Amino acid sequence: MTILAFDWGLVIEKLILIAVVVFGSLGIALYTTFGERKVAAILQDRPGPNRAGPFGLLQPLADGVKLIMKEEIIPNAANKWLFILGPGLAMTASLMTCAVIPWGSDIELFGRKIALQIADINIGILYVFAVVSMGVYGIMIGGWASNNKFSLMSSLRAASQAISYELAMGLALIALLMTTESLSLKTIVEQQVKGNWWNIVYQPLGFLLFFIAALAECNRTPFDLPEAENELNFGYHQEYSSMKLGFYLFAEYINMIMSSAIMASMYFGGYDLPFFDESTVAPNIAAMIGVGTLLIKIVLFIFLFMWIRWTIPRFRYDQLMNLGWKTMIPLALFNLLITGALILANL
Amino acid sequence: MQPLTNKAQAVSRAPMTFWERLYLINIIKGMFITFSHMFKKQPTTRYPEEKRAFSPVFRGLHVLNRDEEGRERCTACGLCAVACPAEAITMEAAERETGEEHLYREEKYAAKYEINMLRCIFCGLCEEACPKDAIYLSETFAPANYTRKGFIYGKPDLLIPNPKTEASDLALARGVEA
Repeated sequence: MTILAFDWGLVIEKLILIAVVVFGSLGIALYTTFGERKVAAILQDRPGPNRAGPFGLLQPLADGVKLIMKEEIIPNAANKWLFILGPGLAMTASLMTCAVIPWGSDIELFGRKIALQIADINIGILYVFAVVSMGVYGIMIGGWASNNKFSLMSSLRAASQAISYELAMGLALIALLMTTESLSLKTIVEQQVKGNWWNIVYQPLGFLLFFIAALAECNRTPFDLPEAENELNFGYHQEYSSMKLGFYLFAEYINMIMSSAIMASMYFGGYDLPFFDESTVAPNIAAMIGVGTLLIKIVLFIFLFMWIRWTIPRFRYDQLMNLGWKTMIPLALFNLLITGALILANL
Repeated sequence: MQPLTNKAQAVSRAPMTFWERLYLINIIKGMFITFSHMFKKQPTTRYPEEKRAFSPVFRGLHVLNRDEEGRERCTACGLCAVACPAEAITMEAAERETGEEHLYREEKYAAKYEINMLRCIFCGLCEEACPKDAIYLSETFAPANYTRKGFIYGKPDLLIPNPKTEASDLALARGVEA
């Protein structure tokens, strides 16, 4: 008597996919740190890291070894459990986002149809939002547990910044969801693959707002107030050393990759290669082209993030709050209104 | 004061217009400026592979000179040590014995000659003070060292290779220094 017909193939398939996605994003994050330094250098007329290996390509490994070899310091006054939990939470939250990102169309292997997405849940975007707001707990807990006033100050900043910009981000997204009528990322991407236009055409203002809010959510310049070097002494990771510091820095880069992936999926067609009919090639090849396309879009977004970082100085805190509450949210509401009106008018 | 160039501009204190308050346009302008720097020539000298030439008056590490027959020129008169404003030079004199004529040019020579490179300010006054053309400032600088003791250069570190017996070394040193 079979109570549960358990599909072991599905488990193995998903486990492999999870491993590939997690280690893939860790690997990309590793090279994003290298990319950051290289982009910064090139934008500032410098050669950048070029000593470790050809073109300095082994630099991330050298950085990693250096981080691991450093002494692990837990301050006496710190709350030890939470101090260790902080970076772990930041890392977990940023990696969890990748569960709902559709990396490509379905492929066929060993007679099975495999979706290149860890979980196609019908509330994908809601899940992303939930996890992204979890990310601030890592910063909050780490900053509080350090028992250092600068760290605490910075975690307070991080929390209020996250709350302020999540509102605008959500409102910008609701306008998009009104046009797509689905919360599933897979469905949103498929609509863009099948339709003529990417969502950026329908939601330019929404994308701009979402992008700015994403910068703020990732604590990237010009919104990197939580780790303001000059006034807060590196903020919440001031007391951290060795790989715990590495985890925080890594989590920031993974956040960047994930928000790039989400922006690419929601506004720029995800794995859709423009002016190319996927049905003309074999499904597996089409899926691989799709994965490559999405990766290229992610890289372009990461470059944009870095380009902005090395161009614009940091906002002042009151400017940040003014921008968030007095500009972004009204604009997002306005965008919502226009979108609603256009949908009503059946345009 | 009259401006020396026409680059000076009065700062505008006018309230920001709508487009300026939007920031976005200025941000995009700034981003194009940084983008244009991607294609600019890098002024970097990639140091160990590529070295910048010193100026002809560069005053670097000292060398103790020998004459054409390979004899040390220094007579330990101590004028360099007196001239040295940083008091970096110490020496001990000794008398030349019979049979050492091929080693030392005059009857008196420096048995010990030390320059503390951490004290030295590379002013070149020792070079100017020397009546025997025995000390010169070369075109290299003191390499890094792990201890302070390592920066006290003795005669073996300072003397140039003997042009009679170590001609190839001397040529090499000249070639590197040039």
